[in-house]
Amino acid sequence: MSARNRELLGLIPASLLVTAGFAAVFIERGSLSQNELSDLSLTYGLIFLGLCLGAHIFLRIALPYADPYLFPLVAVLACFGLVMIYRIDDTLARQQAQWFVVGLLLFAATIVFLRDYRKLEQYRYVIAAASLALLCLPRLPVIGAQVNGAYLGIRIPGVMVFQPTEFAKLGIVIFLASYLRDTRQVLVVGARRVLGVTLPPLKHFAPLLLVWGMAMLLLIVIRDLGSSLMFFGAFLALLYVATNRFSFVFIGLLLFGIGAWYLGTHVSHVTDRVDVWLDPLNPARYGNEGYQIANSLFAQADGGLLGRGFGGALLETPNGFPLLPARETDLIYALIVNELGLVGAAALLIVYLMFVERGFKTALLARDSFSTLLAVGLAAVFALQVFVIVGGVTNVIPLTGVTLPFVSYGGSSILANFVLLALLLLVSDKARRPA
Amino acid sequence: MSVPIIRLFLAIVVLFALLVAWTSRWTIFQADDLRANTLDKRPLFAALRVKRGAITTEGGEVLARSVRTRNGDYERDYPTDSLFGHPVGYAKLLTGELSGLERSRNDELSGTTSELNSVLDQLQGKRRAGNTVVTTLDPQAQQVATDALDGQKGAVFAFDPRDGAVKVMVSSPGYDPNMVNGEGGLSELNKDAANAPLLDRVTQGAYPPGSTFKVVTAAAALDSGKFTPDSTFDGRSGRVVSGVPLRNDGGQDFDNPSLTTSLTYSVNTAFAQMGEQLGKRTMADYMDRFGFYRLPPLDYPDEQMIKSGERRNGRLVPVTSPSVDVGRMAIGQDRLLVTPIQMAMVAGAVANGGKLMEPHLTDKVVDPDGRTVKTIEPKQFSQPISEQTASELTQMMGRVVEEGTGSEVQLPGIDVAGKTGTAEIDVANDIAQPWFIAFAPASDPQIAIAVTVERTVGGFGGTVAAPIARDVLASLLQR
Repeated sequence: MSARNRELLGLIPASLLVTAGFAAVFIERGSLSQNELSDLSLTYGLIFLGLCLGAHIFLRIALPYADPYLFPLVAVLACFGLVMIYRIDDTLARQQAQWFVVGLLLFAATIVFLRDYRKLEQYRYVIAAASLALLCLPRLPVIGAQVNGAYLGIRIPGVMVFQPTEFAKLGIVIFLASYLRDTRQVLVVGARRVLGVTLPPLKHFAPLLLVWGMAMLLLIVIRDLGSSLMFFGAFLALLYVATNRFSFVFIGLLLFGIGAWYLGTHVSHVTDRVDVWLDPLNPARYGNEGYQIANSLFAQADGGLLGRGFGGALLETPNGFPLLPARETDLIYALIVNELGLVGAAALLIVYLMFVERGFKTALLARDSFSTLLAVGLAAVFALQVFVIVGGVTNVIPLTGVTLPFVSYGGSSILANFVLLALLLLVSDKARRPA
Repeated sequence: MSVPIIRLFLAIVVLFALLVAWTSRWTIFQADDLRANTLDKRPLFAALRVKRGAITTEGGEVLARSVRTRNGDYERDYPTDSLFGHPVGYAKLLTGELSGLERSRNDELSGTTSELNSVLDQLQGKRRAGNTVVTTLDPQAQQVATDALDGQKGAVFAFDPRDGAVKVMVSSPGYDPNMVNGEGGLSELNKDAANAPLLDRVTQGAYPPGSTFKVVTAAAALDSGKFTPDSTFDGRSGRVVSGVPLRNDGGQDFDNPSLTTSLTYSVNTAFAQMGEQLGKRTMADYMDRFGFYRLPPLDYPDEQMIKSGERRNGRLVPVTSPSVDVGRMAIGQDRLLVTPIQMAMVAGAVANGGKLMEPHLTDKVVDPDGRTVKTIEPKQFSQPISEQTASELTQMMGRVVEEGTGSEVQLPGIDVAGKTGTAEIDVANDIAQPWFIAFAPASDPQIAIAVTVERTVGGFGGTVAAPIARDVLASLLQR
């Protein structure tokens, strides 16, 4: 069976999921009669299936050899997210569906205009500079938006709060992939062993220190531990794959650890997060900075093994106060555990892992270093983003605000991750194209 | 580059395994702790969506029920207003503040069942609904007791000594549990320090028992074998006990009264001698058998019950403590503080041939489909005295009502056995705590009762408390 036919089959579970999901939400609400129920949920399912089919036909023409599983996995994630958001708020779900359409258009545009994605290498410094500028934008007055002490958004009145980290992560991965393609040989050849640790040559080590400095700066500028962990983690992943030297990763982790420790003990906003992380159920903090994580844990406990079912979780107090804050964005994973239980959440994580696996598979198949590093970087940053937010929500690490890719509500996240998907498919198509 | 790529993927698999492990931690391994955390209001809000079970009498009269509000939540309604305020209690579900049966039977009323059941129900898509709790309380007698107290501060507790079924539980002043769900209603009730309407005087009122305690002393005297009903004592008023002269009521002298006579006329000096001769150890032993120094075994929240015994500055001290004046304790003075339910249990043990049955408010629990899921079986709490001692005491307590201090309680056609008490609280101002404990019919006891009224000016157990007991007994026995 050809790759594209497998992709088409892969879309069936996604459309079944969206139809069943909407039906479940309607039943839980109990407000619709049987006829409306089947009609409406089928309509949603059909529209979604139509969009996916459109994208599929486009891929058939544009990238016939690309990996057949990447797009269906994204479709599963996106439709799952759509049902979850619909269950929270109809209006949000409609907006999310609109972003989904815009995202698909951007996806197509990326594929059309970046057919030769290796052109990106020529612009690597421009891309790096633009990404850093993007990250600093939220600190500017008027347009900057501070959320829970972190500077993560730019207000575009009437449209959205734009989240530059989502796009900056792509820019930084592109830059690193291109930079390391050039220097990986030098880094390895020039390495020396000092006290049993392999150190990279000083001349080439400086740029890496610069990247470390940037990550730390980011931490100070945007005050967000999670985003910097995501960026720096992607950097280390690429460095490791490019040089196959674990000691580099070790040094990097050590440096990051020192920086994070310093900030965690000296910057009050970060200190608060760390305190809450260490003792999430402290009653003294429950009223303010501890409310999010405590309720995230309570919601998960309420879900248990099988969960309360779509629409079964309690979202608000009887007087309309949100019981689970940021439930459509940062804390959506807690709501998923609440409603679908450990089983549903584990299934979701497996879908993410399958996507990451296809990304790495693409990297293995790629025929040039830049393509390999680009695919590794994109898959790693995607995986790390999932780890940072789910880890935060489950208190593995301090909770910080990044979105759950394709599932959380939010335009920037959807758009950026569709570009990520487009880049992976471009690399994959080139790699799998018969010579 | 393929080796590091595969290793990197494995590292990511490990990270994701960590996420699943932590999710399992919150959903499975530490879920019970989290669900029990009081910071989490989810269980309270969830409780609002469940149709909580009703509380009814055996005759089907509804004492508490859930009514649906406009937003689909349920609200508690108490059709009998303040009549059953104390035993039924209140359920302010929004804040999780519960009292009375609403609290002690919360699991049944809210429909909390085993985890397995709830998973099965969930799979079947069943909506959770609470079970109905049927109480043993008698609404007619409850009304009679409330009317007889007539707004005075006090308590009435009556139960069937044969099986422990509670018939009357009145604490006055009462309160209307419907008020609790109103804005600020609960804090308003809490602020009323002068009347303390939320204090359940039956189980939380700590009062000196006065001469009603002589039943315990007499029980110890007879059951220990040291005395018989015919043993005689020095009955002169003014006899020195623990270095201080002790007066009989009205300064009356008795000429070598027997134990029976001493109980009939409540001779203080005779009982003080008895207490001193029995000693602290024996008294402590019998008090323990009757349930003193322990929470009453009632199906009622522990937080709403206190232990009876000697108290110093509010804290319990053992009878064997050197500071206890056993002679005065034997006549219910010293610093002995008891609850009305405890004194009813003393009467109940004598009534039931020496076997003390655990009092219980719940008769049975019925599920929403009408099936009885739980029946409260009679349970013996202890056997403080032998059957013979019980029968001797019954005769002696019968004399109290026939010719002694309790003659006010005489009922046509029903022989009552009882004991009055008038504990001195403020001798200078003539303020006392009148008591009456009794059971009837003496030949075939069906009801044991304790009545007390707080701080009465110039009143006696025989004139204030006994008539209330008489009315309640009449209501329960003359139908």
